Amino acid sequence: MKKRYLIASLIILSLVSLFVGVSSISPMALLDFQSEETEIFLISRVPRLIAILLAGAGMSIAGLIMQQLSRNKFVSPTTAGTLDATRLGILVSMLFFANASTIEKMLVAFAFALAGTFLFMQILDRIKFKDAIFIPLVGMMLGNILSSISTFFAYKADVIQNMSAWLQGDFSMIMKGRFELLYISIPVLVIAYLFANRFTVAGMGEDFSKNLGLAYKRVVNIGLVLVALITATVVLTVGMIPFLGLIIPNIVSIFKGDNLQKTLPHTALLGANFLLVTDILGRVLIYPYEISISLMVGVIGSGIFLYLLFRRKAYA
Amino acid sequence: MIKVRSLSKFYGKKSVVEDVTVNIQRGQITSFIGPNGAGKSTLLSMVSRLLDADSGEVLIDQTDVRKMKSNEFSKVVSILKQSNYMNVRLTIRELVSFGRFPYSKGRLTEEDERCVDQAIEYMHLTDMQDSYLDELSGGQKQRAFIAMVIAQDTEYILLDEPLNNLDMKHSVQIMKILRQLVDDLGKTVVIVLHDINFASVYSDRIVALKDGKVVKDGPTRDIIQSDTLKEIYDMDIPIQEMNNCRICVYFSS
Repeated sequence: MKKRYLIASLIILSLVSLFVGVSSISPMALLDFQSEETEIFLISRVPRLIAILLAGAGMSIAGLIMQQLSRNKFVSPTTAGTLDATRLGILVSMLFFANASTIEKMLVAFAFALAGTFLFMQILDRIKFKDAIFIPLVGMMLGNILSSISTFFAYKADVIQNMSAWLQGDFSMIMKGRFELLYISIPVLVIAYLFANRFTVAGMGEDFSKNLGLAYKRVVNIGLVLVALITATVVLTVGMIPFLGLIIPNIVSIFKGDNLQKTLPHTALLGANFLLVTDILGRVLIYPYEISISLMVGVIGSGIFLYLLFRRKAYA
Repeated sequence: MIKVRSLSKFYGKKSVVEDVTVNIQRGQITSFIGPNGAGKSTLLSMVSRLLDADSGEVLIDQTDVRKMKSNEFSKVVSILKQSNYMNVRLTIRELVSFGRFPYSKGRLTEEDERCVDQAIEYMHLTDMQDSYLDELSGGQKQRAFIAMVIAQDTEYILLDEPLNNLDMKHSVQIMKILRQLVDDLGKTVVIVLHDINFASVYSDRIVALKDGKVVKDGPTRDIIQSDTLKEIYDMDIPIQEMNNCRICVYFSS
């Protein structure tokens, strides 16, 4: 898994992504800045591409950080309740702060994502039985509880349909003016990279970290804030993208190990690549209709997840 | 010198370590021995600041450990606990490089690289330095961790049962290495051991604990005595002298 191959394929897939869609756009037409094609290109295609790249890289890094800090290969925003907590946060902001701006909604969702992830880490701290499979099961249970709370209140308030829109990750709604929130993940990714070494050390346990003079609790908390920020922005703009944060870091870990400084760029690149491929497939398979990204990633991702489970003795 | 002054630790009302006062000399191997639940590991964890003491103090070279910055502390004292649970996929070299974390925060300077090279070579791991830890045997893994501690270059090295899960050959190998660290590099090693014969053969001083208290503390020869061991372990243990080593024959007592 060489970095330059990942970059090359990312560029090729990006170009494909830009020119696949219901209205065909030829590269030549773009030379005319006034044409309708150029307009579609700038309002829909380019934002969609940027959203895919940022969401793919962001969710993968979020998963990587969570796996490192919880020392469990099966923990990710999907399997630790983070996504469900974020959704609950969005519901709360819809019900109580209906007129809030996107940024304010983001902050509420972020607070819930952070609280949910933190709750999971606290539970993790208290569990004596630290089996690799048991822990994500606990996380999924937590997620389901949060999710049923959301559903209950959404039902009461008659916003179920509105809610399920957030449930489904979907890039077809991404347009200029509706995705810019995702840019928050750029500085978050930079910070994650600067902290890569500390996350690696923290991933070896509290005693190990203290031995090396690392402020363990602080590093873990910073990691959780980064995860919550990425998750909140992605769920608000795109919707839930399950499994991405789970499978991408695992695949990279098999080939490149767990030294975050080394694996972070690969994880981000592979995540973006993977999401691009699934998005293009989703757009092409039932052309001119579209399969939503959460369904595509869910199907392909759960397959890969099962495969990772079966070979876990070898690597996890 | 490490001075432990009336150190205590309670879990609820039960004391795990009670009023322990011990001096650990520089340039020696000091072994903590005693039955299960005697408080050996807890004591070691408090000396290394992994655990906070409920009362008492630990002085390292006259400084109270609680007053030291954690980064400075990690350049003076290193601690290795049982690490069987670790499933992080790092290469030996990456792990040893983290030994330099207190100095460089992960951005290795040329001097750091040199320390890492030396530590790897000292532990005879040069050929396999790019192997992943999860592909190594127990003995190799333990050597890799000790190499990391050597790269950390601390005056005091504390180890909590480093021979756990190792076979005889690798146990002897690790103990010989620790002896070399003291004799060649002038380090101070404090070690929690279960096998009293390893303590007898390799350590300079022994601290015997029982029920959270120090029962005996002295040069190895004075502790490895039948009557003393009876007090510690509640067993009649005959002792045989062989090639200048005092061996406890506890298997049939």
